[in-house]
Amino acid sequence: MFEVFTDLATWLVVDVFGLSKATKLGDALHFFIEDTTKIFFLLLVMIYVIALIRASINVERVRDYLADKHKGVGYILGSSFGAITPFCSCSSIPVFLGFTSAGIPVGITMSFLITSPLINEVAVLLLLSLLGWKFTLLYVVVGMSVGILGGIFLDAIRAERWLQSFAAKALERGQKASSTVQSKQVESLSLKERHTFAKEEMLEIFGRVWKWVIIGVGLGSALHGFVPDGWIEEHLGNGQWWSVPSAVLLGIPLYSNATGVIPVMESLIKQGLPIGTTLAFCMSTVAASFPEFILLKQVMQWRLLVVLFALLLVAFTLIGWIFNYLTPFI
Amino acid sequence: MKEIKVLGTGCAKCTKTIEVIAKIATELNVDVHVIKETDPEVIMGYGVMSTPAVIIDEVNVHSGSIPHRQEIELWLQQ
Repeated sequence: MFEVFTDLATWLVVDVFGLSKATKLGDALHFFIEDTTKIFFLLLVMIYVIALIRASINVERVRDYLADKHKGVGYILGSSFGAITPFCSCSSIPVFLGFTSAGIPVGITMSFLITSPLINEVAVLLLLSLLGWKFTLLYVVVGMSVGILGGIFLDAIRAERWLQSFAAKALERGQKASSTVQSKQVESLSLKERHTFAKEEMLEIFGRVWKWVIIGVGLGSALHGFVPDGWIEEHLGNGQWWSVPSAVLLGIPLYSNATGVIPVMESLIKQGLPIGTTLAFCMSTVAASFPEFILLKQVMQWRLLVVLFALLLVAFTLIGWIFNYLTPFI
Repeated sequence: MKEIKVLGTGCAKCTKTIEVIAKIATELNVDVHVIKETDPEVIMGYGVMSTPAVIIDEVNVHSGSIPHRQEIELWLQQ
């Protein structure tokens, strides 16, 4: 189904630009054109379709739903909603406070917030088209596990002690007034409203991510065309233990969203970088970023921020090691 | 004079919302005072979770996106 994009790239590179696919430049350019056109096409179509379906989910409804759930299922639900609910990362503070003041435990809120950047419909879509369903499934399971286990851990160490005082008070108030969930009337959407929502979502998300795709695929093609074949495989291909923590550390200052990093993942894996190392690098790039953590300072004390950051780094390193170890058996 | 508060933790869309409201107000010749509110505690007080949100006379009239022109005109003409 996707051959049309390969053909388009071949036509442009060979016939229009007159480059041979055997040259480095031609090869890199081919990779770039094929991937960007394919990704752009998929994004436009799939964001629209997915938005049609999930038009009625929003953070307010998720909060009302989570507010009266038992803790045990809360983490799993929190993480699942994190994966499917759209929200801009600039809203994480209001979302955090909204959940907290509804009395939802910090761990469940964090399950939601940790999973959210790691898994979203765009990421899943790109993974499916570039790396296949097995890898996609793996990625989703691992991403959700980080969110769920991270949330359980934070509640186990009673992380709410280290909230900023106004947030801690809001949590207390919310938990006392347990069933003050202000359930708004659930309005069902007409098809036309869904279409309007989906169209706006499509334009909005596309407007936000297209440059990430270009940067991501650009880096991917540079790797593809200019890093000598076999170099990565030779130097990092055995999943040397230190390569995983190094990849995680390298990912911290590099900040990207999932859309930008997935084309780079594709390229790295094709070049022979082990799956665990690649996963660790990418998750660290997407979920552990300084600017986001500085924002969280408004609602959390330094101690909690440090714990959270360390938690993510340890989790990504473990994931890397486990997957490198398991690869021969998959 | 109308007082309009735009709530948001400093995202690009929040700034844009303020600009759009101010621009349309000038066009319609309505005297408004647009305030940018970034304090998370205040935002929480309004029960807002998706920013940018618009508060007019202490009532939350909109949240989660840059409001459409028609909506803004309606608010300003009230």
